[in-house]
Amino acid sequence: MSTGNMNLTLKVWRQKNNNAKGSLVDYKLSDISPDMSFLEMFDVLNEGLVDKGEEPVVFDHDCREGICGACSMFINGQPHGPVQGVTTCQLHMRSFKDGDTIVVEPWRAKAFPVIKDLMVDRTAFDRVIASGGFISVNTGNAQDANNLPIPKVQADSAFEAAACIGCGACVATCKNASAMLFVSAKISQLAQLPQGQPERYRRVQSMVAQMDAEGFGNCTNTGACEAECPKGISLENIARMNRDFYSAKFVSEESI
Amino acid sequence: MAELNAHIPEGELTEKWTKLRSSMPLVNPANKRSIEIIVVGSGLAGASAAATLAEMGYKVKCFCFQDSPRRAHSIAAQGGINAAKNYQNDGDSTYRLFYDTIKGGDYRAREANVHRLAEVSANIIDQCVAQGVPLAREYGGLLDNRSFGGTQVQRTFYAAGQTGQQLLLGAYSALERQVGMGKVEMFTRHEMLEVVVVEGKARGIIARNLITGELERHSGHAVLLCTGGYGNVFYLSTNAMGSNVTAAWKAHKKGAFFGNPCYTQIHPTCIPVSGDHQSKLTLMSESLRNDGRIWVPKKKDDPRKATDIPEDERDYYLERRYPAFGNLVPRDVASRAAKERCDAGYGVGASKLAVYLDFKANTERYGRIEANKHNIHNPDKETCMRLGREVIKEKYGNLFDMYKQITGEDPYELPMRIYPAVHYTMGGLWVDYNLMTTVPGLYALGEANFSDHGANRLGASALMQGLADGYFVIPYTIGAYLSKELATKPIPHDHPAFVEAEASAKAILDKFLAIKGTKSVDHFHKKLGKIMWERCGMARNAEGLKQGIAEIQQLRKEFWSDLRVPGDANELNPELEKAGRVADFIELGELMCMDALNRNESCGGHFREEYQTEEGEALRDDVNYAYVSAWEYKGDVSFELHKEELKFENIKVAQRSYK
Amino acid sequence: MASFGNAFSSSIGKKLIMGITGLFLISFLVVHCLINALIFFNDGGLTFNIGAHFMATNWLIRAGEIVLFVGLIAHIVQGLRLTFQNQAARPVKYAVNNGKANSKWYSRSMGLLGTLLLIFLIVHLSNFWVVSRFTGIPTVDANGHEDLFAVMKASFQDIKIVILYVLAMVSLAYHLLHGFSSAFQTMGWNHKKYTPLIKGLGIWYSILISLLFAAMPIAIYAGFIN
Repeated sequence: MSTGNMNLTLKVWRQKNNNAKGSLVDYKLSDISPDMSFLEMFDVLNEGLVDKGEEPVVFDHDCREGICGACSMFINGQPHGPVQGVTTCQLHMRSFKDGDTIVVEPWRAKAFPVIKDLMVDRTAFDRVIASGGFISVNTGNAQDANNLPIPKVQADSAFEAAACIGCGACVATCKNASAMLFVSAKISQLAQLPQGQPERYRRVQSMVAQMDAEGFGNCTNTGACEAECPKGISLENIARMNRDFYSAKFVSEESI
Repeated sequence: MAELNAHIPEGELTEKWTKLRSSMPLVNPANKRSIEIIVVGSGLAGASAAATLAEMGYKVKCFCFQDSPRRAHSIAAQGGINAAKNYQNDGDSTYRLFYDTIKGGDYRAREANVHRLAEVSANIIDQCVAQGVPLAREYGGLLDNRSFGGTQVQRTFYAAGQTGQQLLLGAYSALERQVGMGKVEMFTRHEMLEVVVVEGKARGIIARNLITGELERHSGHAVLLCTGGYGNVFYLSTNAMGSNVTAAWKAHKKGAFFGNPCYTQIHPTCIPVSGDHQSKLTLMSESLRNDGRIWVPKKKDDPRKATDIPEDERDYYLERRYPAFGNLVPRDVASRAAKERCDAGYGVGASKLAVYLDFKANTERYGRIEANKHNIHNPDKETCMRLGREVIKEKYGNLFDMYKQITGEDPYELPMRIYPAVHYTMGGLWVDYNLMTTVPGLYALGEANFSDHGANRLGASALMQGLADGYFVIPYTIGAYLSKELATKPIPHDHPAFVEAEASAKAILDKFLAIKGTKSVDHFHKKLGKIMWERCGMARNAEGLKQGIAEIQQLRKEFWSDLRVPGDANELNPELEKAGRVADFIELGELMCMDALNRNESCGGHFREEYQTEEGEALRDDVNYAYVSAWEYKGDVSFELHKEELKFENIKVAQRSYK
Repeated sequence: MASFGNAFSSSIGKKLIMGITGLFLISFLVVHCLINALIFFNDGGLTFNIGAHFMATNWLIRAGEIVLFVGLIAHIVQGLRLTFQNQAARPVKYAVNNGKANSKWYSRSMGLLGTLLLIFLIVHLSNFWVVSRFTGIPTVDANGHEDLFAVMKASFQDIKIVILYVLAMVSLAYHLLHGFSSAFQTMGWNHKKYTPLIKGLGIWYSILISLLFAAMPIAIYAGFIN
C-alpha cells in the first residue's frame, strides 16, 4: 500500500502494561513514502503486525493536525522528533533518510507512568489544572466582553502562553522531568489578563503545590523545554511564575 | 408513523426562549445534590454542559475516550466563533445571524432553535472572555472580528487559527474546576458502549475502561450525549482519528431517532490527498478565504507553475460566478464549485484534484497599508510583499506552517493547493427544542444532534452551537425533565436493564475477537470510506446510492466474517476499539445512503445531481421535502422514516442566492 | 494564621535558595578575584599582602565570611539534594537522549561541574584558607604583613597544583556560564529588554573571572610574577 522507497529500521519500546518489563524491539520497514507523517509510518507498521497476527504498537494520537496534544513519541532522543516546533503527527518522513535507524520511546517521567508500549498516563496535568488553572466564574455571571479592554500586547502575550497543547514534551525532554513550562504557561496566561487577577496569588500557590505533589522534578533552566515545545512556549513564563510565587509567599498576607 | 413533537414553545419567535426560560420548572438546590447526570464527551458541548450543571449543584459524571478532556476534537476548530454582537457596527443583529444561519442551512433548520442560538450567541463571548479565553484584540483593547462565509458582516471572534483550542481550554478549565471541587467525577479513557434504558427512560450507560478493558455500569437521572459528529464514516475526513458515531449509534438502536443523516458538510479548503497512505485530511481554515482568492488556470491541464500564469489567464471562478459574496460563499457552494472546475479538467497539482488559494493580492495590499503606517511612501513591490507577509503571518501563521509541514511547499511563496474534504455532519440524533432525543432523559448536544444547521452549516457556527447547547440551553431545559424525577432513587447497578446492556456490549466485543479472519479493521474502514465518498459524497444520484447501499451491505457481511482483531478484551486494545466504531459506521453508512436516496431534492450539503438548476445550483423541493428526516431503528439494520415538518413563519423561503 | 508555608520546601523555593546563594557567591568571586589580582602589581606581593591582611583582620569581613560559608554550604547541600531529587523524577532513563539538540551540555551538567568545584574547593581551602586562618603563615613581608603571597608562590611551583587550578577554573567558567543568567531567571528577572544584557554580561563575567583566576597560578609557575 505504501508508495515510497525509504527503508527504515525502527527500534520501538514495547511494554505489555505498567507492571511488565519493557524493551526495545527491532522492526524493518520498507517502501515508506517521504510524504507520510511519522504516525502514518506507524500505521503501516501496525497494519503489517496485525497481518502477521501480532499485537500492534499502542500509541496516543487523535487529531493528527498538531493541536490536540495526544501524540507523544520520544524519537531519536527528542520529544516529537528532530524537527522543532512540530508534534509527532506533523513530523513527516521527509525529515529522515533512507536507511535510517529510528529509536522510539515513550515519555519518561515518574509522574507519567507507562500504560502500554508508547502510551503514558498524563492525568497529572489534569490534576494540576484542577488545582487552580482556571478563573472561578460560573456560567451566566459574565459582563459584556468589551467592558474589559485588554491591551493587545498583553492579550497576545496571554494567548502565546495559552497556546500550550499539554502534550508533555517539556517534561519528556527536561533532564529533571520538570513540568514548570506547562504549569507556568497556564499561570502566566491568567496572570496577564485582568480577569485572572482576583485569584492570581492563590492560583500560583496551589498549582505549584500540586505540581510538586505529582512528582515532577525541579527546573534548572537548561531551556530544553522551550527548545522542544511544539508551540514555542517561552521560558519567560517560568520567570513570571517564579515572581508570582515569591509575591504570593513573601508579600501577600494570605498563604495556602 | 409516530407524531414527532419538537416541543417548540408558543408565542412570538423572539419571545419563545425568554418565556420558556422564565417559566421552566426548577429543581431546588437541595434536590440537585441528589440528582446524577451522565455527560458523555468532553468537547465544547460536553465540557461546558458538565461544568455548568455541576456549578448549578447537580452531581455529574463525565466520560471521554481520550486521555484528557482537553483533547476532544473541538480543539482543532481553527477559524472562529460567531456572535451577534455588532461590535463592528456593520448592521449585525440577532435577527441577521438567525436569518443568515437559516439561509446558509438552505431552509432546512428549525426556526425556533436557530433563533435561540442567535440570542445566546452574545452571552457565549461574554462567558468565554470572563474565563480568560484570550480572543484576538485590536490596539484599542477591544475584541476583533473577521469575516466568514455566508455572511456580509464581520461577526466572527477568533484567537489566531486556534479558536477551538482556546474555547475548549476555557470550558476544560471550568470543568476541571468542578473536578477539583469533587462535583464532577471525570472518567478519561472510557468509551460508552450502551445506553441503559429503564421503563422507557435513559437511566445510565455501560462504559468500557479502555485501559483495563473492564465494562462498567454507571447510573444517572439523565444522560447527555455530546459525542460529536460522524464524518469519519468517510475514513478520510478532517475529524480526529478517534471521532466516532458509536455513542450516538447505540442510542439510536435504543430508540433515539437519527435526524437528517445524509447532511454532510464538505469543507472547500483542505489540503489535498497526497497518497494511499493518508490517514486523515487537514483543514485550512475558512478564515483564509478572507484574504485568499481562489482560482484555476483558464487553460485545461495548464502545466505551468502557478506563479508563472499571468493574471488574465486565471479564472477566479467564485468571484466570476458569485459577484456579491465572491470567495466568501458558503461552504457547500464553494466545494461544489471546486469540484465542478476539477471535473471539467481545470484542476491543478499532480492529482489534478486541487484548486489554488492565493494570498498574493492581499499580501501586497496589507503591505501597502503597513508601509503607510511606517511612513514609507511609494514602496516598491518587494517592500510591500515583505511587510504584507508579516501581517499574513500574524493572522494565519500556524496554518501556513502546518501547510508547509504537510506538503513541503511554502505558501508564502506559492499559492496553496486545496480541495474539498469531509468536515462536519449536520445530521445527528433528532432532538426536540429542549435537546431531548426521542428517548426520555436522553439528550444530545453539539454536533451529535441535528438541530441548528439545516442542510449546511455556516463557518464559525459549530463552536457557537456547541457552547450554546452546553452553557446556556441544557442547564435550563434539563430542569423540565429532572423536576419530575425527584422521586427517582439511584438505579441499582444490578437492575436487569444494566445486566442486559452489559451482556450485549460484551457479546459484541467477544464476537469481534472470535471472527479471527484475515483483514484488519482499517481495511474495512478504508473500503467503507471509498464507497461513501463515491456514492454519498459531494454529489449523489439515485443510481449510485442504490449501488452504494448494496456495496455497504456486502462490506458488512465481509466485515463480520473476515475481520481480524488481535489481543484480548480485558486489556488496552485499540484494534478492538476501532472494530466497534467501524461496525457502527458501516450500519450508519447504509442509513446515510437511504436518507440521501429518500431526499429527492438538492439542499445545502446534500446535492443530488438529478436536482439542479440550469446553472448547476442546488434545486430544493420545498413542497415535498421541507421536513426533517428522523429515522427510527427497527432492528437488524432496518429503519423507518418519520417526518418533522419545518414551518417557516418568520422567514420567507426562497431560492438561495449568493450572486 | 498566615505563614511562609512551603515557601522554601517547594520546588520553586528550592530554586530560590540556589539562585540567591548563587548570586551571592558570584558577588563574592568578584571581591576574591580583585584582591588576588593585586599580585599582578608584581611588587613581590606587597600590595597583595595588604589586601590579604585587610581581609583577614577586618571584623566586618570576618563576619561576612561566616555568611559566605553558610551560603556556600546551602548552595552545595541544596544543589546535591536537587540533583538527587531530579534524578528520582525520571526513574527509567531513555535509551537514546539527544540533549545537545535542545540545550547546552554545561547547563545539563551543573551537578557534575559543581561537584568538581567542591573537590577543588577542599584542596584550595586547605592550601590557603586553613593556612592563613589556623595553622598560620610562616613569614612576613617587607611591610611586616603576613606573607600570604609567599605561600601562594610556593604552592604554584608544583605543576600538579597548577593544572588542578586551571582545570578547576574551566569548570568554574562553565558553571558560571549557566549559573549567572540562570540565577536571574530563577529570581523571576526575565525581561525582553534586560535579559539579553544579563546573558551577555554573564558570558563576559564567566570568562573574565575564570581567566583571571587561572592566570594567577600560570603566571607564578611561569615566573612572570616574583
